[in-house]
Amino acid sequence: MENRVVFNEDVCKGCSLCVSACPVDIVFLADRLNGKGYRPATVTEQDKCISCAACARICPDTVITVYRPERQKKSAS
Amino acid sequence: MAKVLMKGNEVIAEAAVQANCKYYFGYPITPQSELVAYMAKRLPEVGGLFLQAESEVAAINMVYGAAAAGVRVMTSSSSPGISLKQEGISYMVGSELPAVVVNVVRGGPGLGTIQPAQSDYFQAVKGGGHGDYQIPVLAPATLQEIVDLMQDAFDIADKYRTPVYLLGDGMLGQMMEPVEFKERPAIELPEKDWAATGTRGDGGPRIVNSLRLDPADLEEHNNHLQAKYKKILENEVRYENYMTDDADYILVAYGTVSRIAKNALQKARSKGIKVGMIRPISLWPFPEKAFHETRDKVKGYLTVEMSAGQMVEDVRLCVEGHAPVHFYGRTGGMVPSQEEILKKIVEMAGGEL
Amino acid sequence: MEIVFEKTKGLTDTPTHYCPGCTHGIIHRLVAEVLEEMDVLEDAVGVASVGCSVLSYEYFNTDMVQAAHGRAPAVATGIKRVLPNNRIVYTYQGDGDLASIGMAEIVHAAARGEKITVIFVNNAIYGMTGGQMAPTSLLGQKTATSPFGRDINVQGAPIRISELLSTLDGAAYIERVSSHDVPNIIKAKKAIRKAFETQKQGLGFSLVEILSTCPTNWGLDPNESLDWVKEAMVPVYPLGVYKDITKEEK
Repeated sequence: MENRVVFNEDVCKGCSLCVSACPVDIVFLADRLNGKGYRPATVTEQDKCISCAACARICPDTVITVYRPERQKKSAS
Repeated sequence: MAKVLMKGNEVIAEAAVQANCKYYFGYPITPQSELVAYMAKRLPEVGGLFLQAESEVAAINMVYGAAAAGVRVMTSSSSPGISLKQEGISYMVGSELPAVVVNVVRGGPGLGTIQPAQSDYFQAVKGGGHGDYQIPVLAPATLQEIVDLMQDAFDIADKYRTPVYLLGDGMLGQMMEPVEFKERPAIELPEKDWAATGTRGDGGPRIVNSLRLDPADLEEHNNHLQAKYKKILENEVRYENYMTDDADYILVAYGTVSRIAKNALQKARSKGIKVGMIRPISLWPFPEKAFHETRDKVKGYLTVEMSAGQMVEDVRLCVEGHAPVHFYGRTGGMVPSQEEILKKIVEMAGGEL
Repeated sequence: MEIVFEKTKGLTDTPTHYCPGCTHGIIHRLVAEVLEEMDVLEDAVGVASVGCSVLSYEYFNTDMVQAAHGRAPAVATGIKRVLPNNRIVYTYQGDGDLASIGMAEIVHAAARGEKITVIFVNNAIYGMTGGQMAPTSLLGQKTATSPFGRDINVQGAPIRISELLSTLDGAAYIERVSSHDVPNIIKAKKAIRKAFETQKQGLGFSLVEILSTCPTNWGLDPNESLDWVKEAMVPVYPLGVYKDITKEEK
């Protein structure tokens, strides 16, 4: 299952606005540090992501890219 | 074009228009308000723009914007207004933006008076705002010279990407004299490929900016500016030597005062005192050569200014003690008379009037 | 997979210097997205002010001119008035820059109906210089220069810029929005779009005031800061459209 939400961890400042904005509560700060010494935001439960992009809209640093499955595939199955 | 009788302030404005300056941002202040009014009528005639700002601070920043967008632009004011513009001028130096700033000087300090003065010499020549910089300063003595120097001012501004002062005074601004606006071939000037014009396909975003937080970057930028000033020193000095070849004594005066000093000089000559005059036209770059060539031949210099003595310091710097440098000045908007200057010449020459 | 949301081309690749959670970053993105969607990135000239957003000339992917503190509206006037009409000129200013030292410039730019768009970020404090009181600081708000809380008898009351400027005939579109949650961020983007459209149609002066955070100088974490905007700032700075001449004409 490809990722619906991708984090550019290098530019994340660990502000966690996305963590509280996510309606399905799947965003959290990883336990590792990025190059700037921040804990980058991340998602592991990609399957629960509904591609609403709330996280991306509230991110001050354009860390997050959001995808969703091609629509046709969905309606065809 | 035939000669026409005009008021100094209006000559300054028309000269700018003839120098293909289409944009002017200003603010009313005596003794240069006629310049502002003239621009308000004239610029629309040439498809240009006149805009009165809410203050001189706003005016110089409008000039900053227009210059950043790559057009020839000018502003003018008088002493207190020029003080308000110092920050903006320093920003233009830092961002290397060309423009002409006219100061029709009036008596100071403070609100001062509306009478003519030359007490803004230091402010203009020693870079009146913050940071290491210098600005070319051209000082006309006649209305015709305003016409010629205005074209030079814009050319120097564009050639070196720097603001340029045109330094007049209340008398020059208010007097009327015949002038001729001669057609002048435009000189080759560098293209403004740095300007922020929002033009499609002109390459990546262009940044006009004077902020360099990294001190090493700012030092490099300062070295670049200083190299620019060295070139201006080499190429843009302007002055007039008047009867200095056989002179025992030399007067030093610029602008309006140089005209009064010339009369006193001729009177002194008729009394057998051989007097000449060095008239700086570019106050910066200061005409050092004129003094190096005469300081070992003359018995003394007399600097005459409408101030408490400012240019005299630069004269001393150039003469370096080779000959005595005397000073005579009037302040507060008082104008030295021919007789007063003659008296000082005679005193300098050790004789009785 | 289909892209739902990606970084706009209106921003450069330079990571911003803003503190973690500072909503300057969001507001930059909204402006950049709008300019990209209107396809005017190459026709735009932005004017950066002085404050935390002084470095915005490194972040916006348009021609940029950096202005002296408070003077961005005057610089923008100079640019807009000399360039061809299709150019989009905008300023990006904080509350110290616009509402304090630059008050005369913003009032007169609006009064003259300058066809520029002002992005006014109001976070009720001076950020860059370390948390001093701004004209927009709230009553009772403790800052480095109002350590006992802003006192109306000493420092007067907050200035509501949107209301103030909306009384000027030259103002064509003025709206106050906020960045304190996703729905408001979406609304803020619509307001910014409307402001730039107002300029594009040459209708006059447009300004969007965006309530914003300053976690570092407020002494709150990023999420608490968003709450403070909602609970403390919005009541003092009601959101809404304060001027829209397109509505008045209908």
